Amino acid sequence: MYNREMIKNEYLGRMIITICGILVIVLTLSIGVFLLVKGAGTFLIYKHSVWEFLFSSAWDPQDTSSGGGKVGALIYIAGSLLTCGLALLIAAPFSFAGAIFMTEIAPKTGLRLFRPAVEIFVGIPSVVYGWIGLTILVPFIKNLFNLPHGFTVLSASLVLAVMIFPTITTVSADAIRSVPQEYRDGAYALGMTRWEVIKGIVIPAAKGGIMTAIVLGLSRAFGEALAVAMVIGKTKAFPRSILSPTNTITTAIASDMGGAMEGGEYNTALWTMAILLYLLSLFFIYAIHKIANQTSEGNNKCRKTI
Amino acid sequence: MSKDYLKIEKAEDKAMTVLFYLVGGFFLLLLFCLVAYILVKGFTNFSPVLFSFSEKGIGNQFFNTVYLVALSLIISTPLGTATGIYMVEYAGNGKITRFLEMCIETLSSLPSIVVGLFGYLVFILMTHARWNLIAGALSVSILSLPLIATTTVDAFKALPENYKEGSFALGATHWQTILHVLLPAAIPRIITGIILAAGRGFGEAAALLYTAGMSTDINWSNWNIFSGTCPLNPFRPGETLALHIWGARTEALAPNAAQIADFSSAILIIIVFSFSIISRFISGRISRKMAQ
Repeated sequence: MYNREMIKNEYLGRMIITICGILVIVLTLSIGVFLLVKGAGTFLIYKHSVWEFLFSSAWDPQDTSSGGGKVGALIYIAGSLLTCGLALLIAAPFSFAGAIFMTEIAPKTGLRLFRPAVEIFVGIPSVVYGWIGLTILVPFIKNLFNLPHGFTVLSASLVLAVMIFPTITTVSADAIRSVPQEYRDGAYALGMTRWEVIKGIVIPAAKGGIMTAIVLGLSRAFGEALAVAMVIGKTKAFPRSILSPTNTITTAIASDMGGAMEGGEYNTALWTMAILLYLLSLFFIYAIHKIANQTSEGNNKCRKTI
Repeated sequence: MSKDYLKIEKAEDKAMTVLFYLVGGFFLLLLFCLVAYILVKGFTNFSPVLFSFSEKGIGNQFFNTVYLVALSLIISTPLGTATGIYMVEYAGNGKITRFLEMCIETLSSLPSIVVGLFGYLVFILMTHARWNLIAGALSVSILSLPLIATTTVDAFKALPENYKEGSFALGATHWQTILHVLLPAAIPRIITGIILAAGRGFGEAAALLYTAGMSTDINWSNWNIFSGTCPLNPFRPGETLALHIWGARTEALAPNAAQIADFSSAILIIIVFSFSIISRFISGRISRKMAQ
């Protein structure tokens, strides 16, 4: 009698909840496993080397299951690195300035106006960014630089920069806000101006959070597929300058997966690219944890010396 | 000498303050222009045909979007909430919780195209199905699951400890406490998370590219749910608004494709805004309640 009550009141619910928790673990692991199984075919079935995939620029996989093509993905990898790096270079200074503005310079406006505005930026769907890029930015760049068309690395980087700016801004603003007020008070008591306090005290103290913001921004930029695909031009060549078109990993997957024969060499090579994206996002998580650990260790050391 | 130094420092401080104001103003302006442009462009040359349920309008795509997001929330809300409850209440502080946290973090940082590929593999290729709404909904729920789980964790952690103690003191079991005391108290916060997840689902495209498909064929007089053209059949292909914009870039099927894409962008933005405003409203009410 007692046991039956307990089963109804505790064990059953507990079991359902536990199963859900385990299901999420299984789901995450199976995403990794399924990608590995599909993508490893490039190396196991079609006998290409990892070296060729990562460092060769000859990309000509056969759309059949007989193989024999070339699967060097360097153009795509370089394209991703270049567009994301450039996007970060454009977005980071603006984002830090925005974060400082909304926390240190005008905290009231920041809270009431800037923060909701930044959240709206986050909410705009990525295809809408891509569509705006395609209809405004691409013609604009074409006319500005007198190019035959406006599909360039620069267009993609600008679109990505607008997309990652809110991420970097909110995360670094949180980091700046969590710097203890006593630090600022102490610095002001020494006669520093506001800019000196920001430059010399606040930014160094918030360094860990700012680094995390950069990594988060980068990981969003790397994973973005469709907005980039709409403005980058999708040519199979290294960009000669930031004003020439190229291709990226996500773009190749998004535009070619549908047409490639299931199980063929082309298809398998695209799955291998998906593994690369998966590993990259794991690496970004690792980097964030590493930064967080170092920051908390640093803080502990500071406290001990005080 | 030292007076000059002071002057320089003060001038620098002024200059930087002006610079920060400029950057802040620039962003507010940029956002305003962006949103105004999308809305104005979407609604110029507006004609009621854009709402129609044909290839000249976006009625079908709009219905697909709402239906797909609803399906995905039906899947991800219970699973996400349960996972969150497991993490805060049952898993303890051990290795399993840490591992589950890692899994949630991985899920939330996966690029949506990778999730889309996984969905394509498991829900389309392995089931030998054609593109369908339920596969799209499942893929989107993988994306919204971590968001709902983390909001649930935060919501439970924000509850006062004495809720639980009081319930235990009355002789309730842990599960009864969760179900009748903690969950009801945490629900407003969890709803904010669900609304955010819905807002993201509306704009999702990359995860749907190879799951929900790029075509839609609805016969609004056919209500036999097993038929391929019935609006409510979840096993039919269903192009969403976001995918429709993506499709408009090259495959101009209708003569007014660009206009349709502009209009779809405007509608998507309006949906996303209203969802973010609703969630702000709810969380504002929660914090006011907490303060009382």
